[in-house]
Amino acid sequence: MSGSTIATPLVEKRKPQRSTSRKMKSPYPSWFYVPAIALYLVFFALPTFASFYFALTRWSLFNVTFIGFDNFIQFFQEPQLYQSFINTLIYGFVTSAAKIVLGLALAMLLTSPIIGRGYLRAVVFFPVLVSTIGIGLTFKSLMNPFHGLINLVLSWFGLPGPGWLTDPNLALLSVASVDIWKGVGIATLIFMAGIVAIPQEYFEAARVDGAGSWKIFRSITLPLSRPATGTVIILSLIGGLRSFDLIWAMTRGGPGFTSDVVASVIYKQYQAGFYGLSTAGNVVLFLVVTLIMVPITRMLNRREVDL
Amino acid sequence: MRTRKWVVGSVAIVVSAIVFLIPFAFIILQAAKTPAEASDLAFTLPTKWVIWQNFVEVLQTNNSQILRAFVNSTILTVVSVIIMVVFSAMVGYILQRRRGRMNPVINFFVLAGLIVPPAVVPTIWVLQGLGLFKTMPGMILVEATFGLSFSILLFRAFVATIPKELDEAALIDGAGPLRLFFTVVLPLLRPVVVTVIVVQAVAVFNDFTGPLYFLPGDENSTVQLTLYNFQSLTLSQFNLLFMDILLITIPPLVLYIFFNKQIVGGLTSGAIKG
Repeated sequence: MSGSTIATPLVEKRKPQRSTSRKMKSPYPSWFYVPAIALYLVFFALPTFASFYFALTRWSLFNVTFIGFDNFIQFFQEPQLYQSFINTLIYGFVTSAAKIVLGLALAMLLTSPIIGRGYLRAVVFFPVLVSTIGIGLTFKSLMNPFHGLINLVLSWFGLPGPGWLTDPNLALLSVASVDIWKGVGIATLIFMAGIVAIPQEYFEAARVDGAGSWKIFRSITLPLSRPATGTVIILSLIGGLRSFDLIWAMTRGGPGFTSDVVASVIYKQYQAGFYGLSTAGNVVLFLVVTLIMVPITRMLNRREVDL
Repeated sequence: MRTRKWVVGSVAIVVSAIVFLIPFAFIILQAAKTPAEASDLAFTLPTKWVIWQNFVEVLQTNNSQILRAFVNSTILTVVSVIIMVVFSAMVGYILQRRRGRMNPVINFFVLAGLIVPPAVVPTIWVLQGLGLFKTMPGMILVEATFGLSFSILLFRAFVATIPKELDEAALIDGAGPLRLFFTVVLPLLRPVVVTVIVVQAVAVFNDFTGPLYFLPGDENSTVQLTLYNFQSLTLSQFNLLFMDILLITIPPLVLYIFFNKQIVGGLTSGAIKG
């Protein structure tokens, strides 16, 4: 690419010869795509496209009847189904916001000179790798209102422990807090990689100029770890909006349907044999995720170009 | 500065121990208790340590369903990760090397694969049509498909660091595209292959939703499903439930101890370039 003026005539002279030999035997053949495309088409693209049709049907084990938008009307009219839609948004945004704030704080702590950094990194990150169901069942016991450790500790300080998973107002947020506990490690890791990549000279120069820690954070760390912030926002929102296993392990959407999310409604309707309604839930989830993710991804990419 | 280093570090170590280690300590304590004591769900030392008996008993429960589940999970993880690695390395390699009209289209579908939630019931419908529903091969192919996008992104980024001159040298030596890829390029991709294997193996091993929908039935159950069955079947046997949790936490722990660097590298690859 660099010495183009000299190279051009040479390339042009050889051009006919090259293109014929390429056509015969490209070293990078497109058929390398074929196995992956085949899997993707059959097990991902086809079901996704089919879902737009099946969402418009009453579908059971035996037959499929086209019913137009009835499933969607039902989804947004029945309070328990509509609630799951709202809960999905709450869950997605609460977990993402907390992971960004806590992840950034932990990353700054773990990149600063303190003792025991290796241990701390390992401990904060390990829950990411553990089975979600295992974590969910463990915290379900720890959050038990009568014998659980959390309420025991609160009682030492004379605080009344709530029924974390049995109080309708709290259940969703309790599950979200466990999600944050389990997932903050990956946010921390990504922020750490972002912070470490900032040249040390910037910090030194700022310190020489007499900037305090808050000033350094505001004008160096925060703006320069924007790619990391973008990655964390995207990853945690995708995960949070689609979340199912943790909620299912801890509350199964209860008490009542107060901690149901769209993904758990999809499973419940599937179990009940309402395949059409279940698939409509899938399409709703698809629209929610896409409508939130596409503008956010665009915005993050554009900002990066401006820098 | 010195003292600050010690004070902040010590506080962080104490807080992290309370927040992150106590839940794991709770799992171990529960797994060592008698059924009566474990059902209290209290955070106490067992009066009688029966961790070995619980271990033996959990393996025998339900006609040693857990052993079968470990075999199933191992097969599922190993085969689907092999498929993922080979197929997505091929795509990542060509996608990086060839600048064609197809690239934007393929990049779009890779991103879509990351963002779009899989349509579950229609996937079951497809699997049924192929006669693969409730079968291990079907589950393997579905897991492999769901992991493609992330693996392709990792491979594409890494192929960019391998000089193209190596390809040309191999071509001059008379290698065809297949030999070029499998004997020259793939060995050079080793670091990222290890990353993809470890990250995806943990993901498949821990996946609950996939087997719940696509692989129901006792004889096929994976380790995550046994956990879930334990909870519904044997409400009074919390000791065995937690022993089961302990057992399925060990494989990721071992992977983490040995492949710490690869896991961290793979999961943070997007942090710097975005």
